[in-house]
Amino acid sequence: MAGADPQTPPMLEVRGLDVHYGAIQALHDLSLSVKKGQIVTLIGCNGAGKTTTLRAISGIVRPSGGGVFYEGASITAAPPYRLVRMGIAHSPEGRGIFSNLSVSENLDLGAYARSDHDEIARDRERSLTLFPRVRERLKQNAGTLSGGEQQMLAIARALMARPRLLLLDEPSLGLAPQIVQTIFKIIREINERGTTILLVEQNAHMALKVAHYAYVLEVGRIAMADEAAVLEKSDAVRKAYLGVG
Amino acid sequence: MDQFLQTFKDGIAIGSLYALIALGYTMVYGILKFINFAHSDVVVLGAWLSLVIARQAEAAMGWGAVGTASGAAPWWFGGVVLVAAMLLCGVLGFAIERLAYKPLRKAPRLNVLITAIGVSLLLQNSGQLPAFFGTKPKSIPPLVPDTVLFSIGQVQFRVLDFAVVGTALLFMIGLDWLVFRTKVGRAMRAVSHSPTNAGLMGIPVDRVISFTFVLGSMLAATGGFLWALKYTQVKQPADTSWTLLGLKAFVAAVVGGIGNIRGAMLGGLTIGMLEQFGSAYLRSSLADVYVFGLLILVLLFRPGGILGSAAVDKV
Repeated sequence: MAGADPQTPPMLEVRGLDVHYGAIQALHDLSLSVKKGQIVTLIGCNGAGKTTTLRAISGIVRPSGGGVFYEGASITAAPPYRLVRMGIAHSPEGRGIFSNLSVSENLDLGAYARSDHDEIARDRERSLTLFPRVRERLKQNAGTLSGGEQQMLAIARALMARPRLLLLDEPSLGLAPQIVQTIFKIIREINERGTTILLVEQNAHMALKVAHYAYVLEVGRIAMADEAAVLEKSDAVRKAYLGVG
Repeated sequence: MDQFLQTFKDGIAIGSLYALIALGYTMVYGILKFINFAHSDVVVLGAWLSLVIARQAEAAMGWGAVGTASGAAPWWFGGVVLVAAMLLCGVLGFAIERLAYKPLRKAPRLNVLITAIGVSLLLQNSGQLPAFFGTKPKSIPPLVPDTVLFSIGQVQFRVLDFAVVGTALLFMIGLDWLVFRTKVGRAMRAVSHSPTNAGLMGIPVDRVISFTFVLGSMLAATGGFLWALKYTQVKQPADTSWTLLGLKAFVAAVVGGIGNIRGAMLGGLTIGMLEQFGSAYLRSSLADVYVFGLLILVLLFRPGGILGSAAVDKV
């Protein structure tokens, strides 16, 4: 498995993270790490704290304890826009499409922090080749896209930042099974081209198939962590998340 | 025919001033979802700063009024006064946002609204101090020659008319270009849709908000400058005529569709025309009634405004 060398420090490390929403504690002492080159998935039920974990990593919510480290440096209190410049792109829950902008403008926003115009044009071409459906709709208002197309646009847009680490929040949410298949195929492709991915998913079945390593989140705590292939076969996971056994 | 043309001319002039000021209300609302009540006081400040700068500079240079024969201020002097007033008001807009509104970014909207009223009162009342502008009206020296260019029937078209309307239109076209055709404009529209998601795109949201305030304040300064140019006399900062100007510009923003830039321009011209035609053909003492009557009608039948989308408040 890629990056299994125990000597190399992880690309992303979350240490003892606590997050509170008012009096409610959403995350308890949560630790996880993402090795360079891998797809790591965070699975769990609705409300387990998956999205909160991503939001804490990218600085949208402030943790009340613990820290986040990226390539060895703390990014715990950094504002979201800084992380984009450091190579982290976050495709948020609900896709985060700007429905008042055109598809093309949405795509360009992904490269907002960059100024290497030739390279941006190349990445744009690459993204559009990956998602031909998005190319067909460039001139349209982004609000008119279907759910699947919006998800494709969201991922294509995140790639425009040329991220080294891609945070994906529930790319399968609300999509037809066939489109989910397509999207996961592309996620694997993106990873094979060298982008590390932290994937948050409710669809444990698909997530475990594509990921190298997996964490199971239960009410704000890590309940299990192992190689994705191992978890896929574990009885507890099969019963609770895969609906078998 | 003469009356129609004259009224039309006045409507365009006053309407474009309303539009210019309405843009500031609508831009801030679009991005922060609150009404910046201090905006109209920045307009007043723009007028007063123009007056003070023009007087001081003319005295320092030993210039006479524009259009007089010898030793007159050069034709571009008005432009310099405008730019100076814009820069100062821009700095003030930046400071207001940083000091008064930014600390309240996560507070309920009502708190921000109350703060805006507070800032407005502060500017109005401190402006009346003798150290600043005092309480007496003053007149701005003419910065644009009052020559008649041509007449249609009895209606005279002066250089001043074109200067006022031309400047206002130029700034509106410029703003439209900035918002819809440039990278920073795209960022402004993204922040107005969702500040959180805009941040994830790598957009420095706070900087975009500051930029919006500076831009709005500069347009306000332009509005104040042109107002002073058109009416010559500048009333004291807390005068009701200023309050009414601010209110009508705000009505223009709402009528056009609050948060919508092209709506603000359309709303401004609509309000200006309605007010002028209402006064000319119906009863002039009811000018304000027509404007606020239209507001009531719009709120009743098309609450999103002329160009606004049906307002479904997303939770």
